Amino acid sequence: MANLRELLAEARPAPGARLETPEAGLSLRDLATSTGIGPARAELAGRCVMVRTAGQIGMAQALVELDGLVRRLVLCPPDLGAEHLPYVIAAAEVDAVVTDAPDEPLTGLCVPVRTLQPPTTILPADGVGEARTEWLLFTSGTTGVPKLVAHSLAGLTGAIQPPRQDPDRAVWGTFYDIRRYGGLQILLRALVGGCSLALSEPTEGLPDHLARLARLGATHVSGTPSHWRGVLMSPHAATITPAYLRLSGEIADQAVLDGLSAAFPHARIVHAYASTEAGVAFEVEDGLPGFPERFVGRPGPVEMKVVDGSLRIRSPRMASGYVGPDAPSLADAEGFVDTGDMVELKDGRWRFVGRRNGVINVGGLKVHPEEVEGVINRHPAVRMSRVRARANPITGAVVTAEVALADPQAADSLELKSALRASILAMCRTALPAHKAPATIRFVPDIAVTAGGKLDRYNV
Amino acid sequence: MEREFVRAQGHATGGAGAMSDSDEIRSVVARCFEATAADQHRALQPLADRLALLGSGLDSLCFAIIVAQLEDELGLDPFSELEDAFFPVTFGEFVQLYETAARGSAG
Repeated sequence: MANLRELLAEARPAPGARLETPEAGLSLRDLATSTGIGPARAELAGRCVMVRTAGQIGMAQALVELDGLVRRLVLCPPDLGAEHLPYVIAAAEVDAVVTDAPDEPLTGLCVPVRTLQPPTTILPADGVGEARTEWLLFTSGTTGVPKLVAHSLAGLTGAIQPPRQDPDRAVWGTFYDIRRYGGLQILLRALVGGCSLALSEPTEGLPDHLARLARLGATHVSGTPSHWRGVLMSPHAATITPAYLRLSGEIADQAVLDGLSAAFPHARIVHAYASTEAGVAFEVEDGLPGFPERFVGRPGPVEMKVVDGSLRIRSPRMASGYVGPDAPSLADAEGFVDTGDMVELKDGRWRFVGRRNGVINVGGLKVHPEEVEGVINRHPAVRMSRVRARANPITGAVVTAEVALADPQAADSLELKSALRASILAMCRTALPAHKAPATIRFVPDIAVTAGGKLDRYNV
Repeated sequence: MEREFVRAQGHATGGAGAMSDSDEIRSVVARCFEATAADQHRALQPLADRLALLGSGLDSLCFAIIVAQLEDELGLDPFSELEDAFFPVTFGEFVQLYETAARGSAG
């Protein structure tokens, strides 16, 4: 298979096509034909290279420059703490770092660091670059030691349709960061299609971002349902007139799908299911949440089954495995990845009901129920608590807690209950970030425990 | 149980049925905005019908909390109950959404 730069060149990007953030831009033609690492190309060939950039443009350039040149690419997400770098270097056998901004934690590492320059030198015909590069991505939502999975460019681009030619060429915009799986999918769509792509930065407010998407003429815009709810609640939603809206990364509910189809009546609205481990599995375009019953068990490149309520996927787009010491196996004996996403069949439709491990997704931020329960249980009046997701039309879910009191009769007094609720919440808000503190608390006489003595998280 | 909490706070209601009174809905919504702003240490702009929600000083987590608490207090979830629910842009539209839902649940 061609490398990423070859795919970009084959797409023959228009002269004006570019990647753009609020602060920086990069021409796709320059990216296809030129290099900014110059003599370091030969030195980096065949190495395991960690890419850690201050900006998204730097990452995009590095991926095009290094795919097909190096043995392994490790894509650092923007929030990867410097304390994890030594582990990542050891686990992924990193022997070089490429960055757009060499800083202290990088220069302190015992591997050579090479800095990207703008791609202004025509790519030499040096014969360097025939490697089949392995792409290492971080799984989302992990806490503690980061988890790495291995992909190939063929797998990562497996769900992308062949590029269309002008004048039907898309102009992409995304609320995602391309240094994670969801955003990377959009970057690859833009590169393989030779399309412009507008990227957002946390410093750019929503009105400015929408105005920029409009200025660039964005036709294809992607984000999570939470991103889209923000757009729907903004007076500037009408600034953009995309032909295609894509939702992924969270459960798309009926309210957000209806809201989008009312606000953008002429747009195709697609929600996609993908994960860093399982790859892009499917897209749904019928305006309903969940996915049709027939998707499970149907033949095709992406196979799905449901075992013990969780969705399992086998596909050429999934990761080839976890990487690192003591890496667990990614797939079961038949080659299916357990997504951990729990689904239920109702009226011919599979619906997502949450994560098996109970992890709550509050507008894209992960919350482990045990952490919140631990705080609540420190309250002297509390006997035990159970923290769960509660569906929410704004952030997809919020945290809700059921609390059993040490003195069950305290729950008979409305005033006492109200005071206890306030004091438990105050404790949570002090000890936890805002999204982890319960939005609501309900007092219950008892909380079920399984035969194994664990909190019963499923039978509610 | 959650509606008892509303009474305990001194904002008497008779449950979802009596909530069709629009002044009462407005005051419960307004109180919820103010309490959430205080809890989340955010400066809330004066609540007027034309106030844009995204310019109110609250973020999306605040609105998520408000919607969850209003469901408990009013017994209303207009985002999933209403056939043609829309995402409100202003405070006035937000109140109107709950008033419409209350009329639906009363009728």
